[in-house]
Amino acid sequence: MTAVLAALPVPTTTWYLVLAAMLFTIGAVGVMVRRNPLVMFMCIELMLNAVNLSFVSLARQLGDIGGQTTVLFVMVVAAAEVVVGLGIVVAVMRRRPNATADDLVELKG
Amino acid sequence: MDLVVFCCAAAMVLVGAVGVIVRNHPVHAALSLVLTLFGVAVLFIMQEAEFLAAVQVIVYSGAIVVLFLFVIMLLGVDKAENLQIEPIPVQRPLAIVVGGGLLAMLVTAVVQARDSVPTGVGAGIDLATQTGDSDSNIKQIATDLFGDRVFAFELLSVLLIVAVLGTVVLSRKPDKAGGPQ
Amino acid sequence: MLDLVWLIPALPLLGFLVILLFGRRLGDPKAGYLATAMVGGAFAVTVAVFFDMLSKTAEERAHVATLFQWVPVGSLQVDLAFLADPLSITMCLFVTGIGALIHLYAVGYMHGDPRFSKFFLYLNLFVFSMLMLVLGENLLVTFLGWEGVGTCSYFLISFWHERESAATAGKKAFVTNRVGDWGVMIAMFLAFQAVGTLSYGGINAAAESGALSQSTATAIAMMLFVGACGKSAQLPLYIWLPDAMEGPTPVSALIHAATMVTAGVFLMTRVNPVLAVAAEWAPTLIAIVGVSTALFAATIAVAQTDIKKVLAYSTVSQLGFMFLAVGSGAYVAAIFHMITHAFFKALLFLGSGSVIHGMHHEQDMRRMGALRKLMPVTAITFIIGWLAIAGVPPFAGFWSKDEILLYAFDKSPILYVVGLVAALLTAYYMTRQVIMVFYGKARWHDAHDEHGAHGDFEPHESPKIMLLPLVVLAGLSIVGGAMQLPFSDKLHFLGHWLEPVVEFGEADIYGGWAYQNKYLLLGVAAVIALLGIAASVAVYGKQKAKPVEPAILENGWYYDRGISNFMGGPGRRGFAAVAWFDARIVDGAVNGVGRLVRGSAGVARKAQSGYVRQYASAIGVGVVLLLVWFVVIRGIL
Repeated sequence: MTAVLAALPVPTTTWYLVLAAMLFTIGAVGVMVRRNPLVMFMCIELMLNAVNLSFVSLARQLGDIGGQTTVLFVMVVAAAEVVVGLGIVVAVMRRRPNATADDLVELKG
Repeated sequence: MDLVVFCCAAAMVLVGAVGVIVRNHPVHAALSLVLTLFGVAVLFIMQEAEFLAAVQVIVYSGAIVVLFLFVIMLLGVDKAENLQIEPIPVQRPLAIVVGGGLLAMLVTAVVQARDSVPTGVGAGIDLATQTGDSDSNIKQIATDLFGDRVFAFELLSVLLIVAVLGTVVLSRKPDKAGGPQ
Repeated sequence: MLDLVWLIPALPLLGFLVILLFGRRLGDPKAGYLATAMVGGAFAVTVAVFFDMLSKTAEERAHVATLFQWVPVGSLQVDLAFLADPLSITMCLFVTGIGALIHLYAVGYMHGDPRFSKFFLYLNLFVFSMLMLVLGENLLVTFLGWEGVGTCSYFLISFWHERESAATAGKKAFVTNRVGDWGVMIAMFLAFQAVGTLSYGGINAAAESGALSQSTATAIAMMLFVGACGKSAQLPLYIWLPDAMEGPTPVSALIHAATMVTAGVFLMTRVNPVLAVAAEWAPTLIAIVGVSTALFAATIAVAQTDIKKVLAYSTVSQLGFMFLAVGSGAYVAAIFHMITHAFFKALLFLGSGSVIHGMHHEQDMRRMGALRKLMPVTAITFIIGWLAIAGVPPFAGFWSKDEILLYAFDKSPILYVVGLVAALLTAYYMTRQVIMVFYGKARWHDAHDEHGAHGDFEPHESPKIMLLPLVVLAGLSIVGGAMQLPFSDKLHFLGHWLEPVVEFGEADIYGGWAYQNKYLLLGVAAVIALLGIAASVAVYGKQKAKPVEPAILENGWYYDRGISNFMGGPGRRGFAAVAWFDARIVDGAVNGVGRLVRGSAGVARKAQSGYVRQYASAIGVGVVLLLVWFVVIRGIL
């Protein structure tokens, strides 16, 4: 059994990076397609996670701890961003309940 | 063994991600997000970033997603969105094109570059494969954070305070007829 | 003393400035006396300069007084400088002298006018400009004066601008002059290009030494002649002068008889070397234009009924004689006639002004008559002026006109004959005017009943302040001929005096048939004058024959009407086409650019739809493109 297991390929950094790319793409598509502001936010979180994943993979490959601290920073900033973003959403939605991203079009040219 | 774990984690991540973008109901989307975040945490552990995995679970899925759910419940925006209709006609095909292009380009870049990224040139990460006296992951992160990047760290705390203050101001209910103070 | 030549224009300028600031306070008549004193002062300085010049030898008489560097621009170096030489000082003498007399006259004539001081303001400015024109050392200073006199002419012609006809006449004068000014400007450009300087010294030296090619000299001379035609009212640009009679009579006397209109002749005399090296046909053309104008205007004067219009056409005609002289190479004769004409024409205009004043502003000769008993001094001086212009010896006009005809004969007998006919007509219409105004029956009673005027109206003599200049000018008209008597070379005072200026261009007739038989021609001229007078007396005095005054002559051969019809009809359509072009095509192009920008901006605006998702897709597309560029095309990694 262990011999079979040992013969299986080990996931290399490239695999992780490809996975991160796919996650990122899904997030990007989600932002473009969804209309509910909160769901759009969640798709942005997906993209951020994809970035975090690639940072960590490369940190491991390069042997640099700086990658992991960067991920820490990203998480903190993401948290701050979510807080502020949701505050805005709350402020907007109070006036216009059930508005979608397509209804908030005042800033057009 | 690694492969199996990887495949399971990757499956969790991808299923969750797809779930976020295709579920009508925002609460279901939030729960799919949680699935994705757990999958990412598992991948972190596989990469020997244990501290980050913990932070991921606690902060991301434990705080941020909870925040999302709170807002959804509070505001009552939990009405399901009708994904069948699309007001802007060109959006869906464009999204597919953009998505496809993005994926293709990124994968090409990654695959082409796999031989040219050097290994092990950075400072300070102790991998599990190494023997001998080694610091734990958290110790390494702390050394880096409070050493080279202490200034950024301080700024980060300022950022958090500002964000909190800002949100409080933004989301206050207007006093009677006047605007927010 | 010669260094004081800058004082000559400075005094009238000072008068202008003082009246500008204090005119209203000075009022009637002090402003007038001040202006007269300034011009009189300029005359005194001129006389002093003149005597100083006389004491010098002929070579030393040309003096350049530079005030300052006016235009120092690269290779164009123009100074504000005055050239005091025999020609310019001669011009200054009669400009300031007659100018002072006319100023004095105007004090009386304009008495009671609400804008008294303004009149003298303009008069002083005019005298200043004329002196700049005459004393200028280079074409640019002369042009300054040229434009200045044109402007003052406009101000003064339309002085009574409440009258529509006066305002229009002022504009007409200015615009017609402008057409001529174009010629002067082109000539300046050509001169600068050919010689590199605008100064008369430089240009004339270049002409005399042969550095000026014949075609260039012809071009310069002809362009200056275009300007002279405008300023000196020759065919085809004479039309403004008869209309300019709308201005007060002192203006007509000063500007349109004695000074401004002679500027063209002066300019041509100044550049006589250039004309001398020009092509053969150039002076001939000038002579032909001159003599045709003389004849043309004389025919029109025969049928005019306004006392001033007769004199206006007479001025055009006499100027034609001067140009005939210029064309025949008789520069001395031209200047001689200019001086004598200034005397007797100013006298005639001032006299007519006195008549108008005495007749309470009646100008139609058909309503005058038998005035010589009621206005004796005016009548006698006017008669002296009449005899001078008709060319009766020994008055001044006879000698100068005869000199011109002598040179004309030498150039071509045809010119002589035409000139003679014009002289005959001159005598004829002037006699007609004298008879209609001063002799015959008194016709002003009947006219006055038409007006329904108040009480019994009796024409009266003018005040002494107006009569004094008349007497002085009459005296000058009698003895003025002594400047240049033809009897012997010793008596050619003017000729010797002007010799350094005109010797290069002056025609040499001493060997010709005309000169040999000059006494015969002298006799012929005298006979012609007497013939003209006799004919006129027969028609108007004794009524032995019917007067010939057809409508075509009265309307000036319909020349004026022809021009206005052309300008109003095809001319206007042409201008409308140009205006259409400017409005549609030129403006359209400019506005079109604006419209294009707005249109494209309107299209580009659509990118800002307000939909966040569209912005997101735009970003996505951008990112994909960037990646394509880096990964595929540049092959990074």
